[in-house]
Amino acid sequence: MKVKYFAWVRERVGKAEETIEPPATVRTVEELIAWLSGRSEAYAYAFEKPKVIRAAIDHAHVKQDTAIAGAREIAFFPPMTGG
Amino acid sequence: MTSPVTSCPVTIRIQEDDFDIAREITVMTKSRTDIGAVVSFSGICRADDDSAKIAALTLEHYPGMAEEEIRRHADEAISRWPLNGVTVIHRVGRFMPGQNIVLVLTASQHRQAAFQAAEFLMDYLKTSAPFWKKEESATGTGWVEAQARDDEAAARWTKS
Repeated sequence: MKVKYFAWVRERVGKAEETIEPPATVRTVEELIAWLSGRSEAYAYAFEKPKVIRAAIDHAHVKQDTAIAGAREIAFFPPMTGG
Repeated sequence: MTSPVTSCPVTIRIQEDDFDIAREITVMTKSRTDIGAVVSFSGICRADDDSAKIAALTLEHYPGMAEEEIRRHADEAISRWPLNGVTVIHRVGRFMPGQNIVLVLTASQHRQAAFQAAEFLMDYLKTSAPFWKKEESATGTGWVEAQARDDEAAARWTKS
């Protein structure tokens, strides 16, 4: 699946997007955040406060207990500040 | 008796270029005689924040989702109020104080629906549309933090 990062999550991870293949044991957004956090210090820093992170699956906001099965694109970003 | 059919064109644009408010209103009202009220809200890059004098603001967005999220809220506004037109233009890029950032236009037969729908759309643009602001000031550069008061403003539209 494709993963995208925005704003300070993107800056901390050090990339805007990538393709990942998490193991089957990673079933929810929350579990994906935990899995990503274990990849490197940069990810751990980006996701150090996991509750602050917002997520979207295929362009729609989702809660962190949402299943990721079937997702084409998952995005992680801070709370929005547009307008 | 059938209720009168009114159309509600929706225009959503995310762009780097500036917008012309008068032109957008003309486009919205041209060749129509059913519109009695147009409300216009524009958000402008402001120099003074609580802590520092802002030199510039950079706006980042999530292409694709931003348009879809605005569309979802425009559709909800149309289902809640009798609207005859909705225009949302959000700029992205780097802005200096005084420059336009966002435009919301709502048209209706009467002012109340237009006022309420414009407020509804702005409240959700702030809290739910995927845009992020980064500020540059004399003290450095940093991402703008989301405000609890914006979440509270959006929450008042939640149907109980």
